[in-house]
Amino acid sequence: MNRQTMDNEAPVNNNGNSFHGLLPAEQHKRILRKRHAAEFRFKMYGIAAVLVSILLLATLLLTIGVNGYSAFQQTYMKLDLTLDANDIPADDLAHANYQGVVKSSLRKMFPDVSGRRELRKLYSLVSSGAAFQLRDKVLDDPGLVGQTISLWVPADDDVDMYMKGHLDESVPADQRRLNPDQVEWINKLRAEDRIEKRFNTTLFTAGDSREPELAGIWGATVGSFYTLVVTLLLSFPIGVAAATYLEEFAPTNRWTDFIEVNINNLAAVPSIVFGLLGLAVFLNFFGLPRSAPLVGGLVLTLMTLPTIIISSRAAIKAVPPSIREAALGIGSSKMQTVLNHVLPLALPGILTGTIIGMAQALGETAPLLMIGMVAFIVDIPGGFTDPSTVLPVQIYLWSDSPERAFLERTSAAIMVLLAFLIAMNAVAILLRKRFERQW
Amino acid sequence: MISLPNILLAIFILSGISFFFGRKHSLAIVGGTKRAQELHSRPTYYGWLLALWCFIPAFIIFAAWGLFNDTIITSIVVRDLPASLQSLPSSRLELIINDIHNVVSGSFMGADKHPDIVAAAEHYKNLQSLGNIAMAVAVLCVAAGGLFIGYRKIVPEYRARNDVEHVLKIVLIICSTLAIFTTIGIVLSVLFEAIRFFHKVPLTDFLFGLDWSPQMAIRADQVGSSGAFGAIPVFAGTMLISAIAMFVAVPVGLMSAIYLSEYSDKKVRAVVKPVMEILAGVPTVVYGFFAALVVAPMFRGLGEAMGMDIASESAIAAGSVMGIMIIPFVSSLSDDAINAVPQSLREGSYGLGATKSETVRKVVLPAALPGIVGGILLAVSRAIGETMIVVMAAGLSANLTANPFQAVTTVTVQIVTLLIGDQEFDSPKTLAAFALGLVLFIITLVLNVIALYVVRKYREQYE
Repeated sequence: MNRQTMDNEAPVNNNGNSFHGLLPAEQHKRILRKRHAAEFRFKMYGIAAVLVSILLLATLLLTIGVNGYSAFQQTYMKLDLTLDANDIPADDLAHANYQGVVKSSLRKMFPDVSGRRELRKLYSLVSSGAAFQLRDKVLDDPGLVGQTISLWVPADDDVDMYMKGHLDESVPADQRRLNPDQVEWINKLRAEDRIEKRFNTTLFTAGDSREPELAGIWGATVGSFYTLVVTLLLSFPIGVAAATYLEEFAPTNRWTDFIEVNINNLAAVPSIVFGLLGLAVFLNFFGLPRSAPLVGGLVLTLMTLPTIIISSRAAIKAVPPSIREAALGIGSSKMQTVLNHVLPLALPGILTGTIIGMAQALGETAPLLMIGMVAFIVDIPGGFTDPSTVLPVQIYLWSDSPERAFLERTSAAIMVLLAFLIAMNAVAILLRKRFERQW
Repeated sequence: MISLPNILLAIFILSGISFFFGRKHSLAIVGGTKRAQELHSRPTYYGWLLALWCFIPAFIIFAAWGLFNDTIITSIVVRDLPASLQSLPSSRLELIINDIHNVVSGSFMGADKHPDIVAAAEHYKNLQSLGNIAMAVAVLCVAAGGLFIGYRKIVPEYRARNDVEHVLKIVLIICSTLAIFTTIGIVLSVLFEAIRFFHKVPLTDFLFGLDWSPQMAIRADQVGSSGAFGAIPVFAGTMLISAIAMFVAVPVGLMSAIYLSEYSDKKVRAVVKPVMEILAGVPTVVYGFFAALVVAPMFRGLGEAMGMDIASESAIAAGSVMGIMIIPFVSSLSDDAINAVPQSLREGSYGLGATKSETVRKVVLPAALPGIVGGILLAVSRAIGETMIVVMAAGLSANLTANPFQAVTTVTVQIVTLLIGDQEFDSPKTLAAFALGLVLFIITLVLNVIALYVVRKYREQYE
């Protein structure tokens, strides 16, 4: 503190009398106390800032977890299905009226339900996927026709939500997703042990669906996989080649400066602009198919290239010149030096950067919306030009759905996506820890 | 079946074979492995040389055909169309060509296929397979020719290594120029569409208009059928949300950077820093979900409790979540800037009797200020370009307001909504997205250039 502030202070002793300038020790103590208080406050601000960010991260993850963990379970119902040979003609097993079989089994369970509206409510307890499940079972084993089998089929998403305790009691009874009658039926089924929650395998094996209980993330996962394969196959060799040239061969002139400025700029261009580029160039100019992993991969390649180039350059730069000089000294050409000595030594660093770039690409959504990967696609993509969607886009699509059941599935999909990302980053960290050398 | 991927595969296999062939041949001409030192280069290089001679010319032909076969065949098919179809106006003709393509690719579901179109599609398919066969023959001939030339070149004195390395270096140069091509691609693709847009909507209307309602009416006599493309409300919404984001991110990010670099001990830093960086690795779609699911209802509830009317898609919900996303960005860039301040400055300050916080505020921060400002500018450009959070949590209607509790829209939201779904590429509605994209590109580019300049200039001071 400078002289001025000390003069302006008017220290007061316990009696309230002014001792201006008379007791410097007392003055100093007061000023010090103030300064230490300020010091303490400043430190607290810092701690608060750190805590706030950690707290926000925790809230984010906790919300996702709390909302999503229940999606890993799905309510199933046990139905006794009478496969009458009259209903299921042996010559056309695939197109028989399985829906009717499911309905009649429900009618048999609740004989006192009558009236079209009531019956429709009863039927709505079972997922529309039940009929398909039954068909597949019969197609697998045609000998079942004529027997009565009991089968666990998925319940409707509203039943599922009720079983998980998400029925909104605040809504008037006649406007609820499940009316009191239906709740009564469910409770009756529950008492008969005909309804239970099981692990939701559908979530991991099915493609998208309009019915939450039949919707899964496998289609999106496969789409993400194909997209990432394209991205990796293109961006890794091109990125490493570019980094090698710029770091090892390029003369320092305006041209290389220009390339460098371009790479740095591209790293900061908003991702959606790459989507515009993809739409205008790959779709409209080259006429590549919409919604295809091939185009998605191309767009993501252009996006991840700067990341890979920058990190590869850092890794190549970290290899000490003595290695290069030794290789050159025993007669290697410049190219041999780079290919046989510098690149292998820089590889862990390059791989770390690549994995981080891939993780970014995996989580990227915006540019993929532009090239049509938001389409509703039920089938599992089988190749690089099949229409498909990717995990983050699936999350975006589901988050828009009004059904309560999609909320938990969105969160579950987010958990899966985050798990992939964490795994990738963990691999990157592991690589760095194990192989990166301090020269 | 002769298809493009199969031909490509054939080229690769041929080149692979010629690699081994070239290698073997180089050894054979000097008389075995033991006398390999008589060759100028190691045998592998002769293999590579032959493979390249086989691959490059064949691949050039393949790529050229792959790029242009569709255009060529289409023009032939159109020329051979019946005169009645050819005399149609160009827009109808485009549709017919489109139909032909659809029939060829097998994705045409329409029940009423015109016989002429089916015939044309058949014609197209025939030409395509004919073209593929011709190309396969051409590729094979060229590959064989290349192989022959390369084979003739292999003599013990031939400097295979130099040639192979020369080719490799050219490949490296091409790879490194890809960044430039991407930039050119971005600029051209966005610029062309934007220019088409500005032919329909004057530039001044776009830049200074106060009314944004791009929806085109179905009938021409409908009110507002032309759509309004005044982008000021969209820019204002973007600025508002970015400002809110910075309001959250700068204090939190800066203070945590100060704490982590000046106060905390190494163990705490080693744990907290990666944890904070997780925030940067979370996909933005997750933040968008968080904003729409948790933060927006929370603000709405708070508003209700305090008797305020907060829209369910408010600027503040989107902005604050975006701020959370940017925290690690601000903190890691500030951290770099603070760490770059030399220790001697701090020690000088301590030597004068200053406390830690006084040193930070009066010495370290002023010294690190350019770096911090550069980092904040980068963060602003990121906020302006961020898409998913605003798409999921900000509104769609363009309000010209400074009230953070109302719904506003942003540049990126408008781009997404204008381009998702069915598009026709000559309506101002679709083209407007590219005009917005152009503005977004320019703004973020300028911000980035300034930021990088500031950061770089400052770094040189202590080196």
